[in-house]
Amino acid sequence: MEEVIRLEKVGMQFNLSKEKVDSLKEYAIKLVKRELRFQEFWALKDISFAAEKGDRIGVLGLNGAGKSTLMKVVAGVFRPTEGTVMKKGVIAPLIELGAGFDMQYTGAENIYLNGAVLGYSRAYMRERYDSIVEFSELADFIDVPLKNYSSGMRARLGFSIATMIQPDILILDEVLSVGDAKFKKKSEKRLLDMMDTGVTVLFVSHNLDQVKRVCNKAMILDHGRMIDFGDMERVTARYKEMTA
Amino acid sequence: MSVVAQFKQEIRKYGNLFRELVVKGIRLKYRRSYLGVVWSMIEPLLTMIVLTIVFGTLLNHKEREFPVYILCGRLVYSLFSQSTTAALKSIRQNESMIKKVYVPKFLYPLSSVCFNYVLFLISLVVLFAVSLVLGVYPTLRIFLALLPLFVLFVMSVGVGMLLATVGVFFRDMEYLWNVFLMLIMYTCAIFYYPEKILASNVSWILKYNPLFCVISNFRSCIFGEAMDPGFLLYSACFAGLSLLIGALLFAKNENRFILYL
Repeated sequence: MEEVIRLEKVGMQFNLSKEKVDSLKEYAIKLVKRELRFQEFWALKDISFAAEKGDRIGVLGLNGAGKSTLMKVVAGVFRPTEGTVMKKGVIAPLIELGAGFDMQYTGAENIYLNGAVLGYSRAYMRERYDSIVEFSELADFIDVPLKNYSSGMRARLGFSIATMIQPDILILDEVLSVGDAKFKKKSEKRLLDMMDTGVTVLFVSHNLDQVKRVCNKAMILDHGRMIDFGDMERVTARYKEMTA
Repeated sequence: MSVVAQFKQEIRKYGNLFRELVVKGIRLKYRRSYLGVVWSMIEPLLTMIVLTIVFGTLLNHKEREFPVYILCGRLVYSLFSQSTTAALKSIRQNESMIKKVYVPKFLYPLSSVCFNYVLFLISLVVLFAVSLVLGVYPTLRIFLALLPLFVLFVMSVGVGMLLATVGVFFRDMEYLWNVFLMLIMYTCAIFYYPEKILASNVSWILKYNPLFCVISNFRSCIFGEAMDPGFLLYSACFAGLSLLIGALLFAKNENRFILYL
């Protein structure tokens, strides 16, 4: 099988300054008083794993375990402090739906803008425009500025765009919990359809049942370290024990 | 993959996004206004009229073409101030995008400068109209105006990148730059003739102001006079240097931006 994602000894360090210094005056004062202390914090440490094409990996862990940070590292939003990230193909990050939406732009304009953010041409988006609008069920509001959308509507639009293009890697960070029950059902079906086409999925969820339904592999993160990775059944069972 | 090939691939992939960002800037600037993009022509016209009345009377400049003189300086200055300010704010403004999806970050300051530059080119129409009305007819030298205009663009990008980088780490930069822009405005000879100052012992405040050099040369081209080669060389060097420093500083720090947003 072909590897599409490989992380090797990835670590991500943040400087947690006690207070955020972001004015020149503060900086100068702190510099003189030697109070510019940073608390080093490793949000991820020593993460190594590989995903093959078509793998659907559930990422489990408590709040603050580093799940979102890991997703952002894979998506390329964060550059890891150490280690290497290799990935092949187009990534559709559904980390927060509608990344890069402009609130003043209308829904229609945002479809093209969002497509461009993900690296697609206008022509490519035009071909898919109708099916995106249809799937989002927002045809009546598509010429309304996004600031007048409800958060559920924004999420629906974001989800429709990200899943209508054909990414090679799909990153889902708790996005299935948005929308009403009907849309939730519809979006889950859509994802399952996509998975049949061989897309690789990283799936963050607190819902163990959902992970069991969707994934074939799973990993557990704890305080920035990967403590288990492998077959879904085994790992989810261990996670259940851990959190029990 | 080599660095060059990777760079080429990024340009191809994100060229479309760059265009979208430029178009977005232009569209949103005048969204929901009745006159739309016409504002970028009315606005300089109105300030020109006020400046002509005030400073024409105050300094006793009764020449017929004085408004053209003012307009040249004003247009160039306002492009510089608006595009650098937009670039300075661009990273914070696109914070939500930067935090969620990977995009080459230099696109933000670059597109900010570009969309302002497009609006500036549109507003040049006013300059030509006013020139013709007041009897300043273009000569062949007008084509040479492309040189200072190019220098102006490079300078705005360079300074914009520099400010964008600093602006991420220090919010004060916005206010500081506003004050600085005002100083630049007064030392650009927009609404007065520079001769007296250039002949005095404080001539350096104009001569070493690269934006004054650009304005002065641009004006010469519009009035059909010869450019000052010293000014051109100095401003071109300044622009090149600012682009080099701006781009290097930006590239060196862009991966840390996200930690400060």
